[in-house]
Amino acid sequence: MIIEHPLLGPRDASEFTYMGDAALIHRPDWTATTAVQDFADYGYLRDNPAGRHRELWFHEGGDRSWLVVTRDTTTHAITSVELARDVARREGRSR
Amino acid sequence: MSDLHKKWSATDVNNNYISVIVTLKESDSMRYSGLRVIKEALTGHKGWSPAWRDATPKPEYDIIVIGGGGHGLATAYYLAKIYGQRRVAVLEKGWIGGGNVGRNTTIIRSNYMLDGNEPFYEFSLKLWEGLEQDLNYNAMVSQRGILNLIHSDAQRDAFVRRGNAMMLNGADADLMTTQQIKKKYPFLNTTDARFPIKGGLAQHRGGTVRHDAVAWGYARAADQQGVDIIQNCEVTGFIMENGTCCGVETTRGTIRATKVASCVAGSSGRVMEMAGLRLPIESHVLQAFVSEGLKPLLPGVITFGAGHFYCSQSDKGGLVFGGDIDGYNSYAQRGNLPVVEDVCEGGMAIFPMLGRIRLLRMWGGIMDMSMDGSPIIDRTSIDGLYFNGGWCYGGFKATPASGYAYAHLLARDEPHPTATAYRFDRFNRGLMIDEKGMGNQPNLH
Repeated sequence: MIIEHPLLGPRDASEFTYMGDAALIHRPDWTATTAVQDFADYGYLRDNPAGRHRELWFHEGGDRSWLVVTRDTTTHAITSVELARDVARREGRSR
Repeated sequence: MSDLHKKWSATDVNNNYISVIVTLKESDSMRYSGLRVIKEALTGHKGWSPAWRDATPKPEYDIIVIGGGGHGLATAYYLAKIYGQRRVAVLEKGWIGGGNVGRNTTIIRSNYMLDGNEPFYEFSLKLWEGLEQDLNYNAMVSQRGILNLIHSDAQRDAFVRRGNAMMLNGADADLMTTQQIKKKYPFLNTTDARFPIKGGLAQHRGGTVRHDAVAWGYARAADQQGVDIIQNCEVTGFIMENGTCCGVETTRGTIRATKVASCVAGSSGRVMEMAGLRLPIESHVLQAFVSEGLKPLLPGVITFGAGHFYCSQSDKGGLVFGGDIDGYNSYAQRGNLPVVEDVCEGGMAIFPMLGRIRLLRMWGGIMDMSMDGSPIIDRTSIDGLYFNGGWCYGGFKATPASGYAYAHLLARDEPHPTATAYRFDRFNRGLMIDEKGMGNQPNLH
């Protein structure tokens, strides 16, 4: 698989470390009354879809940026690649 | 059969075989035996019947097992044979044995360390040892031994600990020296390799089994116990009434059941999504490889300790080997080249001769990679719906015990004594069974 890095252009997937579902960007609120169960679900349950999947790839063998890659798990075709930082800010995780 | 045998050995084979054949009882007509092969050979092979019926779905069963792989067929067999269930169906979306039971590297072993795992896998190995007589089917169970190579002092310490844990649970383990290893595998480089071999942990009762024959043998034996094996029957939804699962919608119509048992490791995410359940599982692709047929050179199963590579030689002569999963979520039954390169590098490190061998086939299978690397055999939060999955890439060796334990759970609504730890709630309760100590990152198990 070739990942079209937003800054570096096309890079081989073997330069990256796969870090799982991009939903992990959204860490639960630790002050919520349901926090214990929320964190258990966050840590251990996954949607694991067959089809479109947004996922985190860490460019460990490159510029060490984190990417959000949208990829089809039934074909491995990649439809979009963004910097995880941009995605997190857009979805309200920025500080 | 024993009377027949006495008669056979007491008579002159050339003159009296026909009289012996005539005495074959009607009840023996379904049994496979050497005598049967001779009889059929002499009578034009007209007496063989299909190994299992091509069943059509009935409107209702007591228990429906979704998935006609090794685990599903074993579950149905033990439900009928051990737990006396008479109305059981196995639903398979394609043909039986077309999934992971036909895609693995055929290794059986029980060399686990943790209490939650080892008694279960040892139970499985014991079932393997009696499987062929039990099923009356030649599954080519071959206890040729498995050897985990040691390359460092720290690794020896870890393997000694694991071997002791195995023996505490009644399994066999043998710490081998390089001299002992050289005797069995003279081609291994124990002097000047990049990763020198310093010994190995052997389990001599481990080995290989003809994987397809496991599916066929269980299917035939289950069918003889009255189980309906329904192929080309894909589950498209669950019937839920008042929060209870009462059956399934399929491509061959609605089938109702008191209990519905998912047994589709690899596709667990897809199937349980229809019931609205999220699982502690990611689906990953694992590749496997087989070389051209060679003369006998590898008497047992070897695993490389400085990388991830395992290899055995099939009875047809091909070297069957594999290594790591690709490491990203996938439902495509094919992988990518970087892992192929990685596996072959591991192989070249211990068998430089591998470089001269041509590859015949490579393929991929989908693994339920669970959050702690261990499986789940449990009830779900929905009444009437049961789950068996999360086998990571170790499901084949577990086939008999998985079927047995799942049948126990389905029949009695309590876990089998060897499978009490395989619960969904272990993640909530902090009772992970993490053999490799990797934490909740499925692609590292």
